[in-house]
Amino acid sequence: MSGADNAIEVRDLFVGNGDLTAVQGVSFTIPAGGRMGLVGESGSGKSMTALGIMGLLPAGWHVRGSVRHDGVDLVGQSDRQMSKRRGRTISMVFQDPLSALDPVRRVGRQVTSILRRHLDLSAAEAERQALDLFAQINLPEPARILRAYPHELSGGQRQRIMIAMALACYPQLIIADEPTTALDVTVQKQVLRILDAAVRERGSALLMITHNLPIIAAICDSVAVMYAGRIVEAGPVAQVFRTPRHRYTQGLLRSQPTMDNISFDAGARLPAIPGMVPPLTDLPPGCPFHPRCAAASALCRTRMPPFEGAPHGAACWHPADGAGEAP
Amino acid sequence: MALYIFRRLAFFLGALVASSVAIFLLIRAAGGNVAAIVLGRDASPDAIDALATEYGLDRPLAVQYLDWIGGMLSGDLGRSFRTNESVTDLVTSRLEVSIPLALMGLTLGLLIAIPAGIFAARNAGRPSGAFVGLLSQVGIAVPVFWAGILLSLLFGVHLGWLPTGGWTPWSVDPVQALRSLVLPVLSLGTILGAVMTRYVRSAVLDVMNQDYVRTARASGMTASQALLQVGLRNAALPIVTVIGLQMAELIGGTVIIEMVFSLPGLARMILANVAAREVIVVQSTVMLIIVFVIFVNFLIDMAYALLDPRTRRGR
Repeated sequence: MSGADNAIEVRDLFVGNGDLTAVQGVSFTIPAGGRMGLVGESGSGKSMTALGIMGLLPAGWHVRGSVRHDGVDLVGQSDRQMSKRRGRTISMVFQDPLSALDPVRRVGRQVTSILRRHLDLSAAEAERQALDLFAQINLPEPARILRAYPHELSGGQRQRIMIAMALACYPQLIIADEPTTALDVTVQKQVLRILDAAVRERGSALLMITHNLPIIAAICDSVAVMYAGRIVEAGPVAQVFRTPRHRYTQGLLRSQPTMDNISFDAGARLPAIPGMVPPLTDLPPGCPFHPRCAAASALCRTRMPPFEGAPHGAACWHPADGAGEAP
Repeated sequence: MALYIFRRLAFFLGALVASSVAIFLLIRAAGGNVAAIVLGRDASPDAIDALATEYGLDRPLAVQYLDWIGGMLSGDLGRSFRTNESVTDLVTSRLEVSIPLALMGLTLGLLIAIPAGIFAARNAGRPSGAFVGLLSQVGIAVPVFWAGILLSLLFGVHLGWLPTGGWTPWSVDPVQALRSLVLPVLSLGTILGAVMTRYVRSAVLDVMNQDYVRTARASGMTASQALLQVGLRNAALPIVTVIGLQMAELIGGTVIIEMVFSLPGLARMILANVAAREVIVVQSTVMLIIVFVIFVNFLIDMAYALLDPRTRRGR
């Protein structure tokens, strides 16, 4: 029963809408209690992967492949079957907590309704548990916040409510899609720390979607890098970040500001990856990264490289090897 | 919340004053010498002066206006020039037709529009949704009077199930009174329903794409539950607003329906009195309708505050 040991096993996931394919054969496994980061630029297919797993794709989008979770394949489950899992065994924290919370219901109701639906609690018991949850995520005056509407809370408080909703039923897997991007820099760290601690305490697995590499380095143990709908590099965080094998990962790492490359000279810039992410409707032949890659050869322009190597693998015809290539 | 109510109330009163002045001046501007018109071409100047004095038409406009408003506030809507009947009595006898007609028409319209609009939104992009959209378009394109004539031909003339027109007062035969209202309400309600279906559809479509509906699904609601339990309450805000805007349309619709089905309602009474140059009757009754429409919109503002906590902050 190897399946039961893993929080999720995604195999050959495709997410598309008509001729458009946003996710092209993504595979990864997160063991129970494991934490994987999914990085990539906007439009690389990170969020579509998450929504495909959750069965929450917008109208017109469909999903193909397999998503093993809790002994079943989530792909092909009906909305009713999935509704019994969402929020209970698998839950999600969205990017913008203001638009993700119902503006006309008190946040207390939004939290207790999950507890009541999945755990069949009485109203009073659900409210008691919600207050416990609020205390765990360091919300001040939990009793007041229980009666508040989303617009009456700060951005950080709202995102903590979202986290409380995702954690409420002790899920096996929490998917957090850019959970701190919409927040002020000053509260990002605080919210992240709370998410980290609460997930750890529950022993839940975490899929952290972000374009922020330091976040991955701080709280994940493995990472997968997505480019144009595919995973181009994956492995343990320390190995991928220290010895990136794909030129795209190298570029991403180099374009992050660190104390070493911050310069106060006028006109100084962080090194950027030349070119742009190709639109999904107009992917180049071969490796989709080749137009932006310094190491591209004739082979790269014609054939898609397979993903090779474990535990640290890359999809590249000319992977960089050895620490010498690291930034 | 108190501040919000106070502001809406102030706006409500301001709108009433402004519209009463407008009605008063418009009717004076259109009427010419009211007493002369009422008495006709052959009336002697003395008779005209006598009538003008009797009804206070020779006083300055401001005095006439204040006198009229003062009367309205104390429940005296004035008297008819010709019959000397009190306008209050004229109006109350008509309300037993107009109020049930408008309310039942509105209710039927909503009973059609809310389910049809939700259905059309949920099936957007599919043939079934497009079919409802098409029906709604047809309903919008069909004039109310034509719908009324068709219905009356079918159910009244061909099938003979219902009266094609006329009115039996509630006090004489309530069943017959209700039967007289069936076809008028059907015509008014289906047309209103068709118009409202479009608004409901777009409100629901908009809400279905909101992040919070996705969150509701992510926390364990099926798509239908998320729509009904979370989406609809949010969609209610624009829908309620449109109901307020449709009130004036609704009353316009009753004018035509009362003509088609020869119902002795308020709207037909106003038309008859416009023709007869009954300045006071027209002015007071139109004002009553304005009060009603503005009051409904005030109630809708209050409903808004109940439905949307963000409104209560007073803005």
